[in-house]
Amino acid sequence: MDTLAALGNGFLVALTPYNLLWSAIGVTVGTAVGVLPGIGPALTVALLLPVTYHLEPTSAFIMFAGIYYGAMYGGSTTSILLNAPGESGSIVTAIDGHAMARQGRGAQALATAAIGSFVAGTIATAALTFVAPLMVKLALLFGPAEYFALMILALTTVTAVLGNSLARGLGSLFLGLALGLVGIDMQTGQARLAFGVPELLDGIDTVVVAVGLFAVGETLYVASRYRFETEEIFALKGSKWMSREDWSRSWKPWLRGTLLGFPIGALPAGGSEIPTFLSYLVEKRLAKKPEEFGHGAIEAVAGPEAANNASAAGVLAPLLSLGLPTSATAAIMLAAFQQYGLQPGPTLFDSNPELVWGMIASLYVGNVLLLLLNLPLVGMWVKLLVIPRPWLYAGILVFSTLGAYTLNNNVVDLVILWGIGLVGFGMRVLNVPVAPCVVGLILGPLAEQQFRRALAISQGDPTVFVSHPISAVLLAVAVLLVVGPLLLRRRNRNAAAGGTDRPGTTSTV
Amino acid sequence: MTFGIPARRTLTAAMAIAATAFAAAVFAAPAAAELKSVEIIAPANAGGGYDQHARAMQQVMQNHKLASGVQVVNIPGAGGTIGLSQFVTAKKRNPGMMISGLGMIGAILINKSPVTLDQVTPLARLTGEYQPIVVAADSPIKTLDDLVAKFKADPGSVSWGGFAVGSPDHILYGLIVKAVGGDVGKMNYIAAGAGGEMMASILGGHITVATGGYNEMASQLQAGKLRALAISAPQRVPGIDIPTFKEQGVDVELVNWRAVMAPGSMKPAELKAMDDAVGAMVQTDEWKQIAKERGWIDLYLPSDRFAAFLKDERSRIEGVLTELGLVK
Repeated sequence: MDTLAALGNGFLVALTPYNLLWSAIGVTVGTAVGVLPGIGPALTVALLLPVTYHLEPTSAFIMFAGIYYGAMYGGSTTSILLNAPGESGSIVTAIDGHAMARQGRGAQALATAAIGSFVAGTIATAALTFVAPLMVKLALLFGPAEYFALMILALTTVTAVLGNSLARGLGSLFLGLALGLVGIDMQTGQARLAFGVPELLDGIDTVVVAVGLFAVGETLYVASRYRFETEEIFALKGSKWMSREDWSRSWKPWLRGTLLGFPIGALPAGGSEIPTFLSYLVEKRLAKKPEEFGHGAIEAVAGPEAANNASAAGVLAPLLSLGLPTSATAAIMLAAFQQYGLQPGPTLFDSNPELVWGMIASLYVGNVLLLLLNLPLVGMWVKLLVIPRPWLYAGILVFSTLGAYTLNNNVVDLVILWGIGLVGFGMRVLNVPVAPCVVGLILGPLAEQQFRRALAISQGDPTVFVSHPISAVLLAVAVLLVVGPLLLRRRNRNAAAGGTDRPGTTSTV
Repeated sequence: MTFGIPARRTLTAAMAIAATAFAAAVFAAPAAAELKSVEIIAPANAGGGYDQHARAMQQVMQNHKLASGVQVVNIPGAGGTIGLSQFVTAKKRNPGMMISGLGMIGAILINKSPVTLDQVTPLARLTGEYQPIVVAADSPIKTLDDLVAKFKADPGSVSWGGFAVGSPDHILYGLIVKAVGGDVGKMNYIAAGAGGEMMASILGGHITVATGGYNEMASQLQAGKLRALAISAPQRVPGIDIPTFKEQGVDVELVNWRAVMAPGSMKPAELKAMDDAVGAMVQTDEWKQIAKERGWIDLYLPSDRFAAFLKDERSRIEGVLTELGLVK
């Protein structure tokens, strides 16, 4: 119960009007940078570091924590409304979130994202409060072999986004895997598929590809069809509040997303994309109407959005308890700790309890503030969609282009964005799904790195993947996820001739 | 739909506010003439060492009226070589500076960068960090000798974890293996990712050895979760209780230095103005304070002496990378 007492003291620190003000500033700025493309929380905190030099460390960290959480909230907004994900954690949200917006359900999509983020953020912060040391112990068990197995498990997400044609889906996946090869190979230092362009040496930014395929490709497609199609989209249909059905379809995905997001976020090489992929997969497998996925299923927004927020809290676990920065924002927060002469790690909880617990308490407070800030904003955001379509789409292109440039201040990224945008347009015309491409691009390089690290450490012995228990279990689950539905489908077909064929709804996850 | 433009303005405004906030706290201005509208390129993302140096320079130079209108521009990519190529090819009226460091020498060679440090003027070496090599606390390897013995018995069984291929970490390992007479070509180097990821790998016992800046590891060492075998300093560093390589009979010395570069063709007077400004900056208490907090050791060298150092360092690093088979 020491933890509760310490947390209570933390709330006393966080709830002083002065610190509350900094928290409010933090979440507002965070939401703004989350919405703006190309500007992430890491850059924002870096810019603000010198400004906060004379601030109390506790107040500064309360503000930084607000920015960090706020950016996670804001990230979903552009995904849903403009199909232009601002960071890799909200790419999955765009798939169904934007489809919902096109059906006039943008408000519900934004609301389930905001409430889901609140639920996930609060539960994950509680987990951070009570089980962070345990989580971190678990995280250290993960070596390259275990990570490789986790990536393979996440790669099975592809089965949920392949679409109707296996050939087209796999084609898209392999395009993604090929794009993922571009750049310097980490283990040997050799450049691959860079064609002598130095800007390609670090690989192609996943956000640039996602925005290119989703936003630019889609916009070009709509523009090419504008004169011929009369489909009325974007109107806000009915109430802007979530219906009873929306609630009942959202709450379980929120909880499951949190369950996936927090532990994977706590893994030093876990990241925010993998839990969103897994959440999408799980929701589709468990959904009553899996056929809605890809066409605006609310579960596919609720789950991944909860997952990326929970993973943000997860990242703080190794930062606070070990001093390990496992994301760009965590790295800059570590620098901020050092600015105040503090060393995060095992000793920080004892040496600066007021700061640590004040910051953790401020995460709870920040979550409430974010919900209060974001729910009313929903009404304002959806107004964007009543902008006449030519203007709206022109705006999306400008917005995407600016965002892609701001990421690295690099013109080559613009060429890539537009090149990929044209590819995305072609894929849309040929009815090739774009989601598998993004999954391949993100997971391919991660899986490859971990695979080769594992083999290098084992000196070429491939049995490491099955002799490590965690790795073996993860790989077994992955195999089940791919083979299970196939077997079920066969059994269903044998049992009921011509009956409702719904593969995978009862498969184990 | 035009959020992007106000966004840039907001950032500029935020920086302007930061600048004004500090202008309020005016310190005695040293004699050096004030540089106007300086752009400092940090050839890396926000948060890393290059970026921290750029922003520390911005802060101190503005507060002490050594420069005005200082902007930091992050140009990440390919170990800093993208920033370098933009710095070399840019045609700017205003004076520019770029942060550089040991890592960039390796990156230029490995990436076969079309531009090199020949095309910039060395302005000043600023700081450096010595690197300890560490093992997990429960590792059977207790001393540097144990590690060397294990490597000589079965080179592949020692996995040396570091950042990228050709990074200072990799170079340090190459120097160690060379110094103990081992076969550099048999080294099992694992590019284990950025700071936090590599630290987790060594704490979890997934790799044999790891290295990095002392500061990154200080709290783990103090908490007894890691054991340091040796540090790459020329002699004992005050406050750091780790024996050097040299005192253990291994002739290795490496400092991961950070520096600032000026454009390639400069008039002597312009160069002198910049050199003086940076020289004045490193003398301020504010700079010393920041360096102390971040664990940066003061290794300041003015332009001419830094140029001589850089020449030797480049040929030494190129030698190591050639032996590692990374440069042909």
